[in-house]
Amino acid sequence: MLIKELTELNGVSGNENDVRDYIIKKIENLCDSYRVDSIGNVIAFKRGSGSKFKVMLSAHMDEVGFIVSGHTDKGFIKFKAVGGIDDRILPGKRVVIGKQKISGVIGIKPIHQQEREEREKIIKIKNLYIDIGAESKDEAEKLAPLGEFIAFDSDFVNLGNNCIKAKALDDRVGCAVLIEALKHSYDFDLYVCFTVQEEVGLRGAQVAAYSVMPDIALIIEGTTCADVPNVEKHEYSTILGNGAALTIMDRTCYCDRELVQYLYNVAVQNNIKVQYKQTTTGGNDAGQIQRTGTGVKTASISVPCRYIHSPVSVMCRSDYEAVERLTITALHQISIDKGVLKNSIIL
Amino acid sequence: MGIKENLEYLSQLVAIPGYEKDAAEKCAILFMDWCDKVSVDKFFNVISVKKGCNKAAKKLMITAHIDEIGFLVNSIDEKGFVGLTNVGGIDRKILLAQEVIIHGKQDITGVIGATPPHLLKAEDAGKAVKLMDLRVDTGYSGEELKKYVSIGDTVSLKSRLTIMNRQKASGKSLDNRASVACLLEILRLLRDVNHENDLIFIASTQEETNLAGIITASYALRPDAAIVIDACHGDIPDLSKDVSSTPGKGPEISIGPNLQPKLVSKLFELGKEYGIPYQKMVEAGDTGTEAWATQVSANGIPTALLSIPVRYMHTAVETVNLEDIKFTARLVAEFAKQSSEQLGELLCL
Repeated sequence: MLIKELTELNGVSGNENDVRDYIIKKIENLCDSYRVDSIGNVIAFKRGSGSKFKVMLSAHMDEVGFIVSGHTDKGFIKFKAVGGIDDRILPGKRVVIGKQKISGVIGIKPIHQQEREEREKIIKIKNLYIDIGAESKDEAEKLAPLGEFIAFDSDFVNLGNNCIKAKALDDRVGCAVLIEALKHSYDFDLYVCFTVQEEVGLRGAQVAAYSVMPDIALIIEGTTCADVPNVEKHEYSTILGNGAALTIMDRTCYCDRELVQYLYNVAVQNNIKVQYKQTTTGGNDAGQIQRTGTGVKTASISVPCRYIHSPVSVMCRSDYEAVERLTITALHQISIDKGVLKNSIIL
Repeated sequence: MGIKENLEYLSQLVAIPGYEKDAAEKCAILFMDWCDKVSVDKFFNVISVKKGCNKAAKKLMITAHIDEIGFLVNSIDEKGFVGLTNVGGIDRKILLAQEVIIHGKQDITGVIGATPPHLLKAEDAGKAVKLMDLRVDTGYSGEELKKYVSIGDTVSLKSRLTIMNRQKASGKSLDNRASVACLLEILRLLRDVNHENDLIFIASTQEETNLAGIITASYALRPDAAIVIDACHGDIPDLSKDVSSTPGKGPEISIGPNLQPKLVSKLFELGKEYGIPYQKMVEAGDTGTEAWATQVSANGIPTALLSIPVRYMHTAVETVNLEDIKFTARLVAEFAKQSSEQLGELLCL
């Protein structure tokens, strides 16, 4: 399964090599050409059978993680977060460091030795450390040099009848959809962009979108899903199992209203489960792509992921399938509707 | 199997206090290879006897608890989210984004989710989450889940054993499976040894809650002396030297009113004689181990305590240096080789 293989790769922002190599192998025979640009995005091109307008599909290859920032005299690793990570989830978790995948654990003072007030307080990342079994500064520096990237160590597991747990579902689910979409042919020129550094500020997408300058861009993502206990219903953002999530607005992007409505209609007409993302939290490459050059008509289609940015993100297989189907169906529909679309604001 | 393979197997057993039956039975099979008689008692203690060759043999009890910290299911809501109550001392701060296994009619994997940070109430920022506010997400709906899971089912931390740099192993339940692996290593070292004393190995239960396993076993077996093997805190940046020991430098041998001084001195002596490293730890009162119970069980049992340094105790990434298991086993094996007369002398204050 694509998602299993993709989530088992490590690609912390700035070090997407393994994911890129994997994706290139998967797509090289599915497109007319591909290139790796200056920042590391993979841009695959598939020539259209008729029309000359350009559609960009985008998903980011990178994931949140950490970077080695220091070593203690006793051989423990100090580290910083790459991307947005909740400090609260870190104590007692496993990580792997660098290409050699050195095993490490994020330690914590045992409960037996904590003072009462320590028990009640969360620990900030600057006070945490990783234990890799090294016994001196020298040894630690050799095994995990400064700047080495650190990823969560978490495997792909089936949960319940229809769910999976993995790390980096944000946004390997998007990468998987893009690979699937390349297996089809369309009327227009398709640019499939696997971007880098989304988690540290939508960096890769900015470069990719400028070089492509598409007419329409669809961003395929894993997005927040907060339908969990102790959260008010109106703050759920998305609901697990309720299908593909369409963004209206988030912290980075105000999606094109006509394009979003168009996608919603395609979903309904094709019996694809669809929901609106109901909060404006989070943000993704859409924010950057939309404002590229003279502007791009942009929308996001997302798989709801609970506990996003943690080693144990949870998603529903049927939601993924809805996103994949909606993306590919919408692309085919755009081929069919191109005449109509040209007379509307969308094209 | 070597120490590493034993530890790998043992760490994956599940033994929530009071629910150790399955683990005890599996554990008993490991001891059968080495002992004359192995049984599981009504508290699920695994009692393995290796007879001595002296008719006037003393009985030396060597114990390590097999139980582990864990949880019981205390609620299942209609969406399938499962609430937990803890069994033994658990730090809530390690639980967010932790994987667990619910042991219902079948094993069900789940994750403990975290409320997204942007939805935290201002007054909760910086505060550790309460166990009562945590829920396990299994991917099942409430209706489906209730076919497999009931209130009261046990829940364990899910964590495989990983070997790290320098023969260090990291995983769950190394407090105190490292010591159970040590018991097996002691037996291996004594395989061809003609020892005088009867050696009673106990993989005991309910240590993490109230020491019930070792108390009842002590009364039943009435040994002349006891050696307790448990986990102690490995040194880490946020622990001071007087409460932690360095992994790789041998077992911690405790000194204090809980321990019989002549037994303790003998262990020091044997360590020096055979070049086995050890570390000293001073305990002013309760050692927080089974030694606290054995010392005053039945007519009183002179007790010594050896502890294997384990970092990050009571988490899913407890970390131990395999060398320390070896050192501890060698030291206890040398102690067990003493004649009945020598041991008898040590027991007279």
